[in-house]
Amino acid sequence: MSHTDIHAYLAEFDDIPGTRVFTAKRARQGYHLNQFAMSLMKAENRERFKADERAYLDDWAISEEAKLAVLARDYNALLDMGGNIYFLSKLFSTDGIAFAEAVSTMTDMSWPEYRQMMLEGGRSPEGVRSIREGR
Amino acid sequence: MARITAGVGSSHVPLLGVAHDQGKERDDYFGPIFAGYDWTREWEKREKPDVVILVYNDHASAFDMKIIPTFAIGCGERYAPADEGWGPRKVPDVIGHPDLAWHIAQSLVLDEFDMTIINEMDVDHGLTVPLSMMFGACEQWPTTVIPLAVNVVTYPPPSGNRCWALGEAIARAVESFPEDLNVQIWGTGGMSHQLQGARAGLINPEWDNRFLDLLEADNDAVRHIPHIEYLRETGSEGIEMVMWLIMRGALGPRVKTLHRHYHVPCSNTAIGHIVLAPD
Repeated sequence: MSHTDIHAYLAEFDDIPGTRVFTAKRARQGYHLNQFAMSLMKAENRERFKADERAYLDDWAISEEAKLAVLARDYNALLDMGGNIYFLSKLFSTDGIAFAEAVSTMTDMSWPEYRQMMLEGGRSPEGVRSIREGR
Repeated sequence: MARITAGVGSSHVPLLGVAHDQGKERDDYFGPIFAGYDWTREWEKREKPDVVILVYNDHASAFDMKIIPTFAIGCGERYAPADEGWGPRKVPDVIGHPDLAWHIAQSLVLDEFDMTIINEMDVDHGLTVPLSMMFGACEQWPTTVIPLAVNVVTYPPPSGNRCWALGEAIARAVESFPEDLNVQIWGTGGMSHQLQGARAGLINPEWDNRFLDLLEADNDAVRHIPHIEYLRETGSEGIEMVMWLIMRGALGPRVKTLHRHYHVPCSNTAIGHIVLAPD
């Protein structure tokens, strides 16, 4: 049985550019944010949320900063606050926008530019594997 | 005696379900993807599996942050398609095989894999999209299904090595089931994709194809790929590929390749598909 050093295992995640790995630390930080997003799985909750987003958010134990990021659909900020993409995707579908379109808002590209990049084979891993090693 | 006759690896991108449900399978965008499954649909009509052990991950549908099982096996009678935020897919309910599922669950626990047992849950695109890809449109799915859900969302997911060993244990469990059943095991998810952050859209065809080569190999080197390599090389959601190792581990030391297909893109994702048989 091999033994993995958990500290070394977790430390490596911070070396990947433009990526937030959903660690236990993020899962704890974003617990209520993700559970809020999860609540949008139910049609009646989607209707209540759409009718008054701010009032719906105020029923959840999430920070003011996170509430504002939800209202602004600032997904990178939500990832920084422990949001997980599969939970946040409930917000994409509530908004009726394509998953890939929502994903494009986290990059430095417009949706048409991002879509074109994907049609041309996607983003190359070259240069974005490791910050430390610059490869 | 029940036996595992084949293993299937496949991506499970939700957009494929949308394309299927909206009749877009043969348009310019989706045509090259679905063409790669034509062979498999014909093959499945001949194979007529009695049971598919379908390894997948739930995407915040049946499981939220309240409970996060690493390995969970569905022992229920039936499972409805989940409402993932735009209403449930209009595909048939998935019919379970509780006798075999409970047999596998008990065998795995005695074999020191401490499984979570699920009797009731809805199943999301991770499970229903592969069924649509392999069987097309139907009134009812032509096989029973044992869902096997793996946590690949909250870190750490299980190691590749552990997934392979679980596959081996599943094969032992199936072989000790007295009823004569034709059983397939499918590993789903992947291939390279990243759905978040500035690096979103990452695709690595060279790595993905090397992974497919390793699945075909007569050795188990693929089980030792560390998580960090999946993350760096295939994007944050490429980690789903560890689930293919449960399928591969269940097929034994040597396999033959019956079919293989690779296409970029589908939405944010590289589509990979492979059909293997124990050799």
